[in-house]
Amino acid sequence: MTQSPEHQVPLWRDDRFWKIALQVLAVVVVVAIASLLIYNLNINMQRAGLEFGFEFLDNQASFDILDSVAPYNVPEETYSSIFPYSPTDSYGRVLQAGLVNSLIMMVCGIVFTTIVGIIVGVLQFSNNWLLQKGSQLYIEIIRNTPLLLQLFFWYSAVFSQLPRPGDRLELVGALYASKRGIFMPWPATSPLMWVSLAALIVGTIGLIVLWKWRVYLMVEQGRPGKAQLYGLIGVAIAMIVIFCVGLGWAFPQELTLDPSQFEARDLENFTACVAETYQVSSLAPPLGDEAIATYPKCLQTGNFEYGLRLSLEFSALLVGLVLYTAAFIAEIVRAGIQSVVKGQWEASSALGIHPNLTMRLVVFPQALRVIIPPLNSQYQNLAKNSSLGAAIAYAELYNVANTTYNQSGRPIDVMLIISVTYLAINMVISLSMNAFNRAVQIKER
Amino acid sequence: MNPHPSFFFVVYPTDLNPNMTAHTPTSPALPPPDVRPTPANWVKQNLLTPWYNAAITVIVGGGFLWLAYGFLLWVFTQAQWQVIPANLAIFTAGRYPDESYWRLWVAVGIIVTLAGISWGVVARNVTLFSRNVLIGLGVAAVICFILPIPVVPWRSLVVFMLVLLAATAWIGQQLGKKVPKLGQYTTFAWLGSFFVYLWLISGNLGLEPVKTNEWGGVVLTVFMAVVSIAICFPFGVTLALGRQSDLPVVRLFSVLYIEIVRGIPLIAILFMGQVIIPLFLPEGMRPDRVLRAIVGLTLFSSAYLAENVRGGLQSIPKGQEEAAKALGLNSPLTVSLIVLPQAVKAVIPAVVGQFISLFQDTTLLSIVGLEELLGMSRSILANPSFIGRYSEVYLFVGLLYWIFCYAMSLGSRYVEKKLNTGH
Repeated sequence: MTQSPEHQVPLWRDDRFWKIALQVLAVVVVVAIASLLIYNLNINMQRAGLEFGFEFLDNQASFDILDSVAPYNVPEETYSSIFPYSPTDSYGRVLQAGLVNSLIMMVCGIVFTTIVGIIVGVLQFSNNWLLQKGSQLYIEIIRNTPLLLQLFFWYSAVFSQLPRPGDRLELVGALYASKRGIFMPWPATSPLMWVSLAALIVGTIGLIVLWKWRVYLMVEQGRPGKAQLYGLIGVAIAMIVIFCVGLGWAFPQELTLDPSQFEARDLENFTACVAETYQVSSLAPPLGDEAIATYPKCLQTGNFEYGLRLSLEFSALLVGLVLYTAAFIAEIVRAGIQSVVKGQWEASSALGIHPNLTMRLVVFPQALRVIIPPLNSQYQNLAKNSSLGAAIAYAELYNVANTTYNQSGRPIDVMLIISVTYLAINMVISLSMNAFNRAVQIKER
Repeated sequence: MNPHPSFFFVVYPTDLNPNMTAHTPTSPALPPPDVRPTPANWVKQNLLTPWYNAAITVIVGGGFLWLAYGFLLWVFTQAQWQVIPANLAIFTAGRYPDESYWRLWVAVGIIVTLAGISWGVVARNVTLFSRNVLIGLGVAAVICFILPIPVVPWRSLVVFMLVLLAATAWIGQQLGKKVPKLGQYTTFAWLGSFFVYLWLISGNLGLEPVKTNEWGGVVLTVFMAVVSIAICFPFGVTLALGRQSDLPVVRLFSVLYIEIVRGIPLIAILFMGQVIIPLFLPEGMRPDRVLRAIVGLTLFSSAYLAENVRGGLQSIPKGQEEAAKALGLNSPLTVSLIVLPQAVKAVIPAVVGQFISLFQDTTLLSIVGLEELLGMSRSILANPSFIGRYSEVYLFVGLLYWIFCYAMSLGSRYVEKKLNTGH
């Protein structure tokens, strides 16, 4: 059917025309701006003598980075980084080392911040006034101050103020903190450790399977599931034993000076130390074992062997990121729990279910549906915020890339590497959280 | 004999058989639990029952007391606070030249005047100086007199600002009663006054010019935050509309922009702003570094803002749009008059939250070399005479940020309540 000309809508009032015209306009504007920028970029790069390409990644980096997490390496007798790197390696290698440091920070941060955030979030519902107000105070303080300021505070005002190695802080003989870093127990690498680790993974899977089987028997068949319960307890005990014994925990041990191998200089230092620490000015010239046993502090070197060393930068960044993100997660958890209607609590208690079980079986699964989407973006924020480690000299990806840019003078290439890497990391977080989200969403027919 | 005694008379157990009193409790029922809000009851309910709560109270309360004692001990005996008053001017305005300082005070004076008038207009039908407001002003004045800051110019000028605020509020209230449109005029005055501040701070046109590398401290922080917020809001709303648009090309561009920016850390974008933007511009065109910083902040924040506004757009029922169409409104009018006002109102808390984090994000500029509040405090700490005063400086700066951010969230709650037309 053709319309008569007087009934035809004029072009400028036709919605379809405008839709197409607007899109064409959008494309033209974006393409024009992009080509103008790229044209300028070309000219500017030619004039500055810059090139584009990633060949420079093979060049020698010749700058060193600080270790972040370093387990004690037995044959080499030093603490060495998980991802070995030396200044003679290439730019590509140093960027990988930075990426590894970033990933360690993200994984540790996400794990700890989830734990702290959920605890603080639930504490806001505590019927203890102190806990309730304390958690709210924590949230208000953390959320209203900038993260970077908090990181500077943790790094400069807390971790850098740790005592000198000789006066290190000690926690029950397992944890030591000084300006050299935090020393903590860590499994020593051995074949037994790998076997135990594998056993632990298998055990975890076994626990999950047993648990599901027991729930299935109890819910679907109405059986008590006693055998499965004993199985669960047995596996759990076995896993605890393997965890404690099989992993071969190595405790950090402080190296002490051996008085029998004192050289003249050591003796001088020792005497000075005794005079300063114990206010004893003159020691008997032949330094007896007794005198040495009386002044053990002056035999401490502040050096350790075995265990794991965390750098101060790593510790400060981890503490700062975890505490900052946890405040936001706590608010998300609170909002999630509040979103579950009161009727659910009441119905559950009418069925005679204990309040703790109500929380675990009725309220929390429903709250999870509300909690997970914003949790996803908090995890991504944590991953992105780990780049602030650059400000406190933690050798993470952005920090290393920045040094690489300064040395190689390749802004565009380095920028592309950073952007693509962070985009990929965020995509991985987002995809896995979305998968988890689908698993807990309400399943309707 | 009589199977239904109760049919004829009501049976009271005690009347029927006196022996039964031995078995039925005659003692009065337990008194109702004492729930009067006395302090003792409050403590009992909130801190001591059940038994494990009492244990938690003792442990946690002991921990808090210990922390508070240690903190106060440090504040009053060990901390060396002279670093703060000695550098008050630097914290406030960085290396801003002394002889031009009066311009900043004039700008503050204009802000205070406008704030006072707006307050008076908003409160034109209620008591202006209620008890709480008077207490607040009094506390501010007392704090001003307690703090060890120089009398000239700080203390006298701050007191003057407080008086100015009260006076202009009173004038605003009186004028507001006579001129109902004053509210709109003050809004325009706020917008127009921005150019006055810009002129006062940067100079030119008859004033001594002050280069941006002499801007710093709170002034630079607030300036960058305000400008970025003002620019990123319309930009973010446009992006959100683009993402919800039914034009596929527009939607694609918006989604790409939003998702890419949201996947990259802010510090990388600011680095891009400082290093890469000049590469994309024609020769000789090198924007000022404060401007580049604002561009970076705006590019970053508008993507996040767009996501917040999108949440609001999605919360508006389709019926609103259809009703507007049925009334004959075209698409731009439907969006601007019907959908957007409701959508933005719905997401005020989230949007203000985004503004707060934008304000906090200005600290990242200290990494790329701008001396805003945090950058300024870092350079004060690098001064040999104040070395090691980390805790003092960071606590002070943190308190400043906290006050700004908390004030913003209070303001958001107020606006939210004011605009809440729901039932």
